[in-house]
Amino acid sequence: MTEHALEVEGLRKTFGDHVAVDGVSFSLPPGGSLAIVGESGSGKTTTARMLVGLERPDAGRIRVGGRDRSHVARGRATRLARAREIQMVFQDPYLSLDPRVTVAACVEEPLRLHFSMSPAERRARRDELLARVGLGEREADALPRRLSGGQRQRVAIARALATRPKVLILDEATAALDVSIQAQILDLLAEIRRDTGVGYLFVTHNLALVRHVADDILVLYQGRVVETGPTREVLAAPEHPYTRLLLHSVPRPGWDPARIAADRRALAAALKETPPSPASADPLRHVPETNSTERSAAQ
Amino acid sequence: MTAVPVHRRRFFAPLARVAGGDKLVTAALALLALLIVAAVLAPWIAPHDPDAVDLSATLSGSTPEHLLGADQSGRDVLSRLIFGARTGLLGPLVVVIVSTVLGMLIGVTAAWHGGVVDAVLSRAMELVFSFPALLLAIILVAVFGVGLTAPVIAMSVAYAPYVGRLARSVALREKARPYIQAYRVQGWSGWVICVKHLLPNIAPLILAQSAINFGYALMDLAALSFLGFGVQPPTADWGAMINEGSSSLLQGAMLPALAPGVAIVITVVAFGIVGESIADRVARREQ
Amino acid sequence: MTGRLLEIEKLTVRLAAGKAARPILGGVSLHVERGEAVGLVGESGSGKSVTCRSVLGLLPEGASASGSLRVNGEDILTMSSTRLRELRRRDVSMIFQDPRASINPMRRIGDFVTEGMRAGGVPQKDALKRAEELLESVGIREPGPALHRYPHEFSGGMLQRVMIAGALAGGPRLLLADEPTTALDVTTQAEVVSILTRLRAERDMGMLFVTHDLELAAAICDRIYVMYAGRIVEAQSAEGLFGRPRHPYTSGLLAATPRLESDEPPHGVPGRPVSLAEAPDGCAFAARCAHVRPGCTEREPVHREIDGAQVACLRAEELIHD
Repeated sequence: MTEHALEVEGLRKTFGDHVAVDGVSFSLPPGGSLAIVGESGSGKTTTARMLVGLERPDAGRIRVGGRDRSHVARGRATRLARAREIQMVFQDPYLSLDPRVTVAACVEEPLRLHFSMSPAERRARRDELLARVGLGEREADALPRRLSGGQRQRVAIARALATRPKVLILDEATAALDVSIQAQILDLLAEIRRDTGVGYLFVTHNLALVRHVADDILVLYQGRVVETGPTREVLAAPEHPYTRLLLHSVPRPGWDPARIAADRRALAAALKETPPSPASADPLRHVPETNSTERSAAQ
Repeated sequence: MTAVPVHRRRFFAPLARVAGGDKLVTAALALLALLIVAAVLAPWIAPHDPDAVDLSATLSGSTPEHLLGADQSGRDVLSRLIFGARTGLLGPLVVVIVSTVLGMLIGVTAAWHGGVVDAVLSRAMELVFSFPALLLAIILVAVFGVGLTAPVIAMSVAYAPYVGRLARSVALREKARPYIQAYRVQGWSGWVICVKHLLPNIAPLILAQSAINFGYALMDLAALSFLGFGVQPPTADWGAMINEGSSSLLQGAMLPALAPGVAIVITVVAFGIVGESIADRVARREQ
Repeated sequence: MTGRLLEIEKLTVRLAAGKAARPILGGVSLHVERGEAVGLVGESGSGKSVTCRSVLGLLPEGASASGSLRVNGEDILTMSSTRLRELRRRDVSMIFQDPRASINPMRRIGDFVTEGMRAGGVPQKDALKRAEELLESVGIREPGPALHRYPHEFSGGMLQRVMIAGALAGGPRLLLADEPTTALDVTTQAEVVSILTRLRAERDMGMLFVTHDLELAAAICDRIYVMYAGRIVEAQSAEGLFGRPRHPYTSGLLAATPRLESDEPPHGVPGRPVSLAEAPDGCAFAARCAHVRPGCTEREPVHREIDGAQVACLRAEELIHD
């Protein structure tokens, strides 16, 4: 059996009575690319936050590079070790950089924390990282407010790569960007994966994006995995009604949004057949929306 | 303006930014600067010794010799006003520094740890809130005796929750921002993140609140002096001057009580304007 | 009541920012026919939202506008404020991006939907009855009780339906939709769009649909205008735009959009979108364009008609992007 870059088993997290993530398991091979897909409330962001230690899982196992990382780090050593293995790029480029720290300092900070380097070595590594994401000296001296959204996201990527992680989580990392810029960032990410062998975990709602960036896909619905497999196969022949609903919701030429109502009905029927999971036991808003769409479609 | 040398421009830059070309704010800043200069240089610029008695001038009203007249003991009101600025500004300064540091510590700690720590600290702040500041001061005066010490300690404690509550809510919002989370993911300790990144980013808003608090603290301390719990006569103090001057009002002499009253109002308003303008600037930057 | 439902001609808007009045729209011309769904697509800074809002006379603070902006032949820019209010209440309605930020959280849903009708003198009882019908038509279950509920009791998708109901209350001929589904989940977006297209068809309304999503615009609109840096660079039928984009920016945008049905990976357009204020002389897209020629940076390209498409590109005839 090959060593996985990331291995998750039976992950669970509740907030009060609400089960946000329920029995999520998956694995990511070294240098692989997996997409966790779902809508708001599906538990995809909570899952990502547990992986980097921003939330404490209630149950389940997280293994990064073969080492157990199920618990929020207590000591400095484990905290740093985890940070060197797994990093994250956040959605909002306007809020994910400290407004008071220049780009250069922002990339140097993790270097200072994780490696003992001479100032010259650190500067060289910083310039290398910035060049890697296509930023030059002019941007290095700038404060984040001088940069465009795309440039900021490049800084965030450079900063995340500074610790040479094995896994990079991209939490809707291109969702806030203009389309023409999103494609640039995707190009950059593909290049980085080719060169460094880092594994990606895309957290996204955008299936069209997933089609082009992820080898494998994991569809989350109400905190549970409803479908998983190679992206190509899942998108070509989705088995779970929720995956079909997601797929049909993507606008494209010849799109018929009215079909969504039928998908909702199929999903509701499928959920009735299988006993309700703890996650869907509470009255979620999907249910009334299903009914009302049926009614409006019937008019 | 253009003649300001480079090294000084650097020093004035933050003030110029706060003013932002607003005439009212510039005036308020200028007034506060004037007040500070007057307080520091009091012995040199005051026309008379504040305690010197000139019985011939008692309740004289404005004369060339005594611009703001003299009080019932024949002391020069202008000189007492200038010397009064020393205690008038020093007291609130200590109050503001102590309450800001204390409040930020409590607020940020509560926000960062959440849970039980937050609950305990928040309840503690509410407890202090529910206790009238002046009453606390009077109790402390009973313990420590009259003078500036007891009122300053009382006000520092009483004002800390105002800062603390604000610091907590701002820190909570800031803590949820991705850049703070990114530092956590990088492996920094909470302590370093708070001191190096969270505090500097919330500081402007806290300082705005503290500038406004300065005015209120000045007013409260003056009130205590007026009641006789604070600075004791014959030391020049604005609150005490109003108290001493109030009896002369009946004899038709307005200036001994009016002048310190006006000084208090103007100073409080000036601090309020500066505080509001800092808060406005922060709000604009947030957009 | 003559002329097109909406006709914007050479609309130029300048921001009053200090000494230099920066332009944000440069000679925008577009029209919407009765019952027609028209898309207005662009990236950040393109001026699509400013254009849309200006139809209701909502210009940025201190901005000045020139050109003309006619609804049913009446010019908005020269209209009295009384007439403008009437127009906003009855003829033209707008749906905003974030329903939660656009609906007063302290008022009941019924108040929101009936607001315009009551201001127009409709008795309370009739207005509530009509509101109930409207809520039903946007697919809200139990519309009667819903009238007495508060916005926070609704999900984002439901609240956007409420906003649509409110927009329809005055029986408008023209609907302005400013990124109405951007804040919603994908599946919710599909539902809201299906409601919007159905009601638009039923009521024969004209619609100006503003979005950054070219695919979405193509899926629901008859014609599409593409904006870049405060100007319209291309106007075509939806199929035409996808089949044969004429402007290099449009084809760049299409190539950059990840597609479900295509193996072709998305290709980025170099550089970043600019606003009109930052744009250099000549074609604003020239700096990012793969087909740029020396002439492109000299003067602003004029609109020309090629096979039913309006294009503002010097090289439109030579370049056909399939």
